[in-house]
Amino acid sequence: MTTSVQAGPAVDLTGRNRRANLIAFAAMVALIAIAPFAAYPFFVMQALCFALFACAFNLLIGYVNLLSLGHAMFLGLASYVCAHAAKVWGLEPVSAIVLGTLASAVLGLVTGALAIRSSGIYFAMITVAFSQMIFFVCVEAPFTHGEDGIQAVPQGRALGLFDLSNPWILYVFVAVVFLFGFLAIQRIVNSPFGEILKAIRENEPRVISLGYRATLYKLAAFTLSAAFAGLAGATKAIVAQNASLTDVAFAMSGEVVLMTLLGGMGTFYGPVVGAVIVVAMQNYLAQFGEWVTVIQGVVFVVCVLAFRRGIVGELAARARVSL
Amino acid sequence: MTLFGHFISWPALYGQLLIGLINGSFYALLSLGLAVIFGMLQIVNFAHGAFYMMGAFAAYFLLALTGLDYWWALILSPLIVGALGAVVERLFLKRLAGFDPLYSLLLTFGLALVFRGLFQNYFGASGIPYAIPKQLTGAWNLGFMFLPVYRGWVIVASLAVCFGTWLVIEKTKLGAYLRAATENPTMVRAFGINVPRMVTLTYGFGVALAAFAGVLAAPITQVRPGMGVDVIAVVFAVVVIGGMGSILGSIVTGFTLGVVEGLTKVFYPEASNTVVFFIMAIVLLVRPAGLFGRAQ
Repeated sequence: MTTSVQAGPAVDLTGRNRRANLIAFAAMVALIAIAPFAAYPFFVMQALCFALFACAFNLLIGYVNLLSLGHAMFLGLASYVCAHAAKVWGLEPVSAIVLGTLASAVLGLVTGALAIRSSGIYFAMITVAFSQMIFFVCVEAPFTHGEDGIQAVPQGRALGLFDLSNPWILYVFVAVVFLFGFLAIQRIVNSPFGEILKAIRENEPRVISLGYRATLYKLAAFTLSAAFAGLAGATKAIVAQNASLTDVAFAMSGEVVLMTLLGGMGTFYGPVVGAVIVVAMQNYLAQFGEWVTVIQGVVFVVCVLAFRRGIVGELAARARVSL
Repeated sequence: MTLFGHFISWPALYGQLLIGLINGSFYALLSLGLAVIFGMLQIVNFAHGAFYMMGAFAAYFLLALTGLDYWWALILSPLIVGALGAVVERLFLKRLAGFDPLYSLLLTFGLALVFRGLFQNYFGASGIPYAIPKQLTGAWNLGFMFLPVYRGWVIVASLAVCFGTWLVIEKTKLGAYLRAATENPTMVRAFGINVPRMVTLTYGFGVALAAFAGVLAAPITQVRPGMGVDVIAVVFAVVVIGGMGSILGSIVTGFTLGVVEGLTKVFYPEASNTVVFFIMAIVLLVRPAGLFGRAQ
């Protein structure tokens, strides 16, 4: 057998690890609290959405060793559904986001049921193909408005109470959604269900021989990952007030891999760190045009060749904890 | 003739059938290259589309800088790009032997970004026209339709190269070594065959096939940095439908799906971009290993 993608030990939250994770979580919350004063709030909210997207992707690659190269379809579809529900049906934002998330979960269930029969690179290629199919559907379908996308999505009042057109309320709302998603994924990974996922990652035949239906567990993980990616996409539609083909395009599927790889696959905080770096890179290097693509490619190559643990994975390994 | 509420004219049908065969020629060459590489290295070459694009650019450079025409490009461009592929294998992919194959996939994915980004920087997103060689201009009158000579040539050239590759791999001694090294590299090495060099050359050859397709495509699609990205997802679907690593399977599936896609443009144009992926979903339901693949 070849070595699995995530090299670190299985996560257990005892003693040292529990302390390290508490410190990391406190640091993250503190950073989220001061970030809008230090950086452009819209940029931070966007970064939080992508961070949640990367965490959702990491649930698959980091804990089940399934590489999806089509995760943009979940981000994009939820974004379109949420934007459509908020704008055309006039739904309040929370319902619109839930609807978008559900749409991606269903898409995850259907594509997952087909893709999960294979693993490894075969699985990756199937996800590429499905995501391309969804991309073309979004190009053709009338409700997505093709190249124009859905513009001027109303932010509305969350649950009829919180006016999201107020930038501060919107910021708190996005931070809450992100922390909810982040903690939910952490909870899933550390649950008995998550233990079985990790067991499948390490040795699938053995898990099957113990009587577990590994396929169903993988499908559940895929669907959950799709749902959280959808939550990120739907929230992003409310933040940016639009849904466009960018979110469903193939390049987006590549970017989320880059975020997770750079930050550290199979770590809780890696995808968040990676997402912030990649989004920052795009914002601050935007003037260099296509060089951003080249730089992203180089980062990919360097990470794969020499830095497979990623930033957080490397730090955690140095400090002998798992984050 | 009307079908699905569309009026179908015979010339349109033949026209799309022809376009389907042309696209099928590219799908077949590209998926064949992927299959050859997968058979030997057990990796998916995500940079395949980028090499296809660079094959077309090599043809353009050969003409613009050295004045070497299409026929030279047809030979030299695959050699140049194939050599680049061999360098990539030696420098990068070799280091990942023994790791999860997903890392090789991610590496080639990163390389594809680098290549495409570089070309997009210097050439923008628009296409550079590449003239059809003068020997292949004009069209034949087949009685029921006009067949542009160049299009006919693409189909013939692709078929010839595909079946040539199949013959070499399935029927020659070199091919036997290759297949043996796929099954059991250690044993083949014990017989005194330089397997690592064979792996490098195989990767180079698979890449050269992509570059060859790129040169063939240059006069039809123009030379564009994005030409690889457009085609790679469909080629992946073709490989999944045909079955990973099957040489003949990838050729047959490539041509068939090109034609199916072309016919869909006539009968139900809205689905022409998605039909290949739908077929993939159905094949996955019925035969998860692909039409020509063996179950793992």
